[in-house]
Amino acid sequence: MTASSSQRPAPQQPAPQGATPPEAPAPRTLPVRELALFGGLALVVLAVFATMGPAYSTRMLVEASCYAILALGLTIQWGYAGQFNAGIMGFVALGGFSATFFSIPVNPAFWASDLPGRLGWVLLAMVVVTAIVFGISRLDRIGLPKLLRTILAIAAGLIGYLVVISWLRSVTGDIESQVEFIGGLGLPVWLGWIVGGVLAGGVGYVIGHICLGLRSDYLVIATLGIAEIIKAFLKNSDWLTRGTATISPLPWPVPDPGEVGFLTARALYLSVTVVMIAVIFFLLHRAYHAPWGRMIRAIRDNEVSAAAMGKSINRRRQEIFVFGCILMGVGGAVLTSFNGLFDPQGYLPLNHTFLVLVMVILGGPGNNLGTLFGAVLVYVIWIMSGPLALALMHAVTALGDSWFDWQPGNLDSRALQARVFVIGLLILLVLRFAPRGLIPEKVAHHD
Amino acid sequence: MNELIYFFNYVVVAGSVTGCIYAIGAVGVTLIYSILRFAHFAHADMMTLGTLAVLLLTLAFPHAGDPLGLPTAIVMLPVAMALTSLVAVGIDRAFYQPLRSHGVKPIVMVIASLGVTLMLQGLIRLFAGTGSQNLYVDARKEIFRIDVPGVTRPIILTEPQIILFVITIVAVVGLHLFLTRARLGKAMRAMSDNPDLARASGINTRLIITLTWIIAGSLATIAGTLLSLDVAFKPDLSFFLLLPIFAAAIVGGVGHPYGAIAGGFLVGFAETLAVFNWSVLLRPVRDSLPTWLELPNNLALVGTEYKIVVPFFILVAVLIWRPTGIFKGKVI
Repeated sequence: MTASSSQRPAPQQPAPQGATPPEAPAPRTLPVRELALFGGLALVVLAVFATMGPAYSTRMLVEASCYAILALGLTIQWGYAGQFNAGIMGFVALGGFSATFFSIPVNPAFWASDLPGRLGWVLLAMVVVTAIVFGISRLDRIGLPKLLRTILAIAAGLIGYLVVISWLRSVTGDIESQVEFIGGLGLPVWLGWIVGGVLAGGVGYVIGHICLGLRSDYLVIATLGIAEIIKAFLKNSDWLTRGTATISPLPWPVPDPGEVGFLTARALYLSVTVVMIAVIFFLLHRAYHAPWGRMIRAIRDNEVSAAAMGKSINRRRQEIFVFGCILMGVGGAVLTSFNGLFDPQGYLPLNHTFLVLVMVILGGPGNNLGTLFGAVLVYVIWIMSGPLALALMHAVTALGDSWFDWQPGNLDSRALQARVFVIGLLILLVLRFAPRGLIPEKVAHHD
Repeated sequence: MNELIYFFNYVVVAGSVTGCIYAIGAVGVTLIYSILRFAHFAHADMMTLGTLAVLLLTLAFPHAGDPLGLPTAIVMLPVAMALTSLVAVGIDRAFYQPLRSHGVKPIVMVIASLGVTLMLQGLIRLFAGTGSQNLYVDARKEIFRIDVPGVTRPIILTEPQIILFVITIVAVVGLHLFLTRARLGKAMRAMSDNPDLARASGINTRLIITLTWIIAGSLATIAGTLLSLDVAFKPDLSFFLLLPIFAAAIVGGVGHPYGAIAGGFLVGFAETLAVFNWSVLLRPVRDSLPTWLELPNNLALVGTEYKIVVPFFILVAVLIWRPTGIFKGKVI
């Protein structure tokens, strides 16, 4: 274990303001690869600062740090435990919703009407129906035939569901027509971040409970599905989220740009996210080198022998999946608060799932430092590739026009699609040529 | 009776249409799984790609179908199937084959297929834009109204729906004959049962893999084109098709083509029944109901905007109670 503790990295990694890369505290062997890569990254960030101005670049760094939290969430799922989550977008949206709901001001019109009471009754009915159905499904314990129990349970569930849903529809319809939406709670935003993590973790727990005993392909399908469902729910529940009408502005935990100017406000926000990453990084680092982390890796690398050693495989998998989802929820909440706009349609599989995937597999799954590096690097490339793709597209069209008389419309949206292609190609190339990422996981060997 | 016809038009016909499309898609997924042992997530985008090929060919020769009396898109279908199969084989050679020879875990293949999904999506939208387009270029959909005696409401069928049913039956029967009668089909089944034994008994596994991609590409083109004929070509449909198709394949038992067909219809009908407004059917008996039982106007189980919940729910239910699927496939 001494070998691994000597190369503990400085926690606050994505160097703000393009400072010099943090020197590792005199390890026995100089980590040349890490230093070179982080030095290069710092140069890239400096170049962006020089060309795009500090306000823009600070915004980019804040967003990159939010993505770094998401990437750390995925790296513990995929890198530590080999579980692949394809529904990061859903957890991000859930965190974003929670941050929004807790932080925006209270809607007095809603609380003055009789609607909160009616909504409460519906929620109570939901709980009662669930309890009744659960009770019926246990009736075989007192001697009812199993088939009869199943039929009764399904019938009760169906009728109860129909009653509750039609009641809910009428209440939500009234909310939309009378007070537009239920508003927020007007509480501090960090409370929303925490609850966002808890919500995401809860959804992760249910999904994990269903899928983790089976092979990993099922988890991919299920997470992909739950992400689309969460998005559909947030998009269509106008009474809760205003749906496509979007909610803005969202409060910040630090003074917002109106008070202290863009640059200072963003720098303050950046300091908040960097502190969060530092804490998460420290905890993950300890967990990775703890017996618990070793057990997780043992399960990933050889499930059968881990089981033979008496480790509870499904329990551990469940834990790590839920931890990852919590991080994703928190990251999504921080990102949404920073954007200042809650738009359920703005959550896209490409931006919030596959971009994070590229960050992790390019940086180095299972290596926290590599994941941070991947997050910042990929985000910088991603942001800069927009204008680049547009310029390239214009050049191609000019050629196409002069050679084949080809004049496609809406260039801007098409240029953005070119980035989808590049992200896909990048995933395949990394899997093929650098399957362990740029900063691979260090496997400790003991003589 | 009017209500029954309404039920027929909006549930039986619509459910069969979705069921056919999910079934053809799920057969492709299941075949790839049984030969190559990974869940191929790019299948929905292969459907879109095949449809794009049909669309481009139709735009190039808008009147090719007129002499045969068929929509041009159907006449162009075989060409597009060949093109898509070629692309599918190319993708396999370029991206999946190297990973396979490295002996990576199946989950890495799944991630690679997600990468292929993004590449295809990017390419498709780069060339086709993001808006929806009609496959009937310079032509109109024919709509058949069949009057039932004694009822005011006719049964409505459209031309693409009839073509869809015919082609689905042909494809399923053809696939069945291929898998049970042809030498290569039998070799395919042998390889799906036990790849090592198949290789040892002299079956050319490389050829079988190529063949699998050809079949999968062709089936994907058929499903995508028929879906787009019925509604319209939408480049960003794939993420919504993915879940029902995989649910269908898993419900039927992965690696089990006939199960996939049954699963496709199950998921298709479940979706249609769940979004159907049941209070329409109860309208005739509404007046005779006791007064304390007041029916709401909307008795649909889920709103149309939550359609995607249905395949997910089916998937979860199957995973909990019967992970092998109803026809006892393999547990992936």
